Amino acid sequence: MRLLTGNILETGDVVWWAGTDWSLHLADAVDVGADGDALLAATVAAERINDPALVDAMPTDAGPRPRTMRERVRGAGPTVRPDLNREPSHV
Amino acid sequence: MYKYDQYDQAIVDARVAEFRDQVARRLAGEITEDQFKTLRLMNGLYLQLHAYMLRVAVPYGTLSGTQLRMLGSIARRYDRGYAHFTTRQNIQYNWIKLAEAPDLLAELATVEMHAIQTSGNCIRNISSDQFAGAAADELADPRPYAELLRQWSSFHPEFSFLPRKFKIAVIASDTDRAAIQLHDIGLQLVKQDGELGFKVWVGGGMGRTPMIGHVVREFIPARQYLSYCEAILRVYNRYGRRDNIYKARIKILVHELGAAEFTAQVEAEWAHLEPLALDAPQAEYDRIVAQFAEPDYDLAADDGLNRSDPDFALWVDQNVHAHKQPGYAIATISLKPVGGIPGDASAEQMELIADLAERYAHDEIRVTHSQNLVLAHVRKADLYALWTALADAGLATPNLDLVTDIIACPGLDYCALANARSIPVAQKIAERFADLDRQHDIGEIKIKISGCINACGHHHAGHIGILGVDKKGEEAYQLSLGGSGAEDASLAKILGPGFSEAGVVDAVEKVIEAYRTVRSGPGERFLDTYRRLGDAPFKAAVYGAPA
Repeated sequence: MRLLTGNILETGDVVWWAGTDWSLHLADAVDVGADGDALLAATVAAERINDPALVDAMPTDAGPRPRTMRERVRGAGPTVRPDLNREPSHV
Repeated sequence: MYKYDQYDQAIVDARVAEFRDQVARRLAGEITEDQFKTLRLMNGLYLQLHAYMLRVAVPYGTLSGTQLRMLGSIARRYDRGYAHFTTRQNIQYNWIKLAEAPDLLAELATVEMHAIQTSGNCIRNISSDQFAGAAADELADPRPYAELLRQWSSFHPEFSFLPRKFKIAVIASDTDRAAIQLHDIGLQLVKQDGELGFKVWVGGGMGRTPMIGHVVREFIPARQYLSYCEAILRVYNRYGRRDNIYKARIKILVHELGAAEFTAQVEAEWAHLEPLALDAPQAEYDRIVAQFAEPDYDLAADDGLNRSDPDFALWVDQNVHAHKQPGYAIATISLKPVGGIPGDASAEQMELIADLAERYAHDEIRVTHSQNLVLAHVRKADLYALWTALADAGLATPNLDLVTDIIACPGLDYCALANARSIPVAQKIAERFADLDRQHDIGEIKIKISGCINACGHHHAGHIGILGVDKKGEEAYQLSLGGSGAEDASLAKILGPGFSEAGVVDAVEKVIEAYRTVRSGPGERFLDTYRRLGDAPFKAAVYGAPA
């Protein structure tokens, strides 16, 4: 599956495309599939989400699991500050 | 300490106002991210993995108590209660909101601080010896020269868009505590025929192509060092490569031209510049020097020390250095508690250290490139009270230059450029070697960890260097041995195939145990054993017997 992600302009927070809106939670992310490139282009054009990108992930019972460590850390927060993490189970 | 004059303050205040307007226009959608990105980076504001990161400059690593207290206050009000001291003597906040950044910078400006030129292809924060002004072995305080460089390089119109970033370090001792040979320009204050001047290195650096700097001048009189630096920058600005970011640093230019040809070009440029009288007038230099006047020492201070508390004595032996003034000492505050995050400090810790600096250390704090803090002027009679207060706050770890005093960049836990996490590796190594008796038996050893090839964790200069790499989306680690950022500068050499996170911790332990076996005696440092024997015994320990 492919996920659309980026950082909110105002706060820098990591967000994931959840189908109708952006979510702070990786678990809400949806497979953008064949629509990914068009969604990405629209996100770039809107200029409200920084560094938007499509990332590969695998579906799991707990929700999508990005294939790369980098995106898993983005999704969960710094592994060395569990008190700040959103979804530690995904790293 | 240097105090801003009206021009310094006006420049910084104007920049805050300008950035406030730029942020407002970006948030209103009047400018694009492409247009805005350069502007925010010029103000030290990066977008990292989880949020915006603000890098605040700490000129030559010197802070007052008021400044450090403000840094703590900012951590609490604009961030999540902590911040990270870096290998360039700066401080970084990890969780900044764009809309709040102008207010944050305005507050910083009230204590004469800013984030200007902490990013971009310009001359970055000038770094120096954390013991400057206090070290028994220095010729003079190098910070007035660093301050003059700061003023010269701030908004220098000719050098605001260099081929690549540019780093300068200044020291005044034969002992190099600032890694000057690994900077674009390294300056060491020396004396020749009774005159102060600088020995000049150019072309050092780490990153993907590590190089030791070359001496381009054995002596340039101190009254002319600015114009000489101008000549170096001009040659670089003219001929440095702009077509390839990986070949754009001055070290590549020096390497490709050859040190002799590069030096000849600098000398030719300087011959043009010298008659233009670009160097600062003596009166300006004197104005700056006056602001670095020695503290009002207690000349009757007792030079003795009561070492009856064994834990205190342990800390003194490891974290306290000789001061040039009898009755005083230099105390290093380790930001490396076992299992902690190297270089991180909470708002409360920063505020406490600010208080202690005001009470015991003539209101000065230094940031070290090893991510620790220093109180440079402490009466020996006050050391025990200082240590007690630090210990109560978890800040008295007696591990300076030991195996748990590890440099680590933020790595993949925070940094958008990183390939692998650095901090967890540092934590696991520190936990593996937590036993203090074992640490002391091992002695001086400098482990430095970078999460990517950009080498912010100085792995090339580690006695043991660890580099995080990406292996098909997963983390892996290369181990290198034999680096040094000191006056005996050398570049670490890769030992062999890489490891997983757990594997690299085991490998480090095998290397260190091999060292304990083959060293000539307890007095031989790891680095000296490596230089004497080469990597063979360590390869054998890590990978098995040689084929």
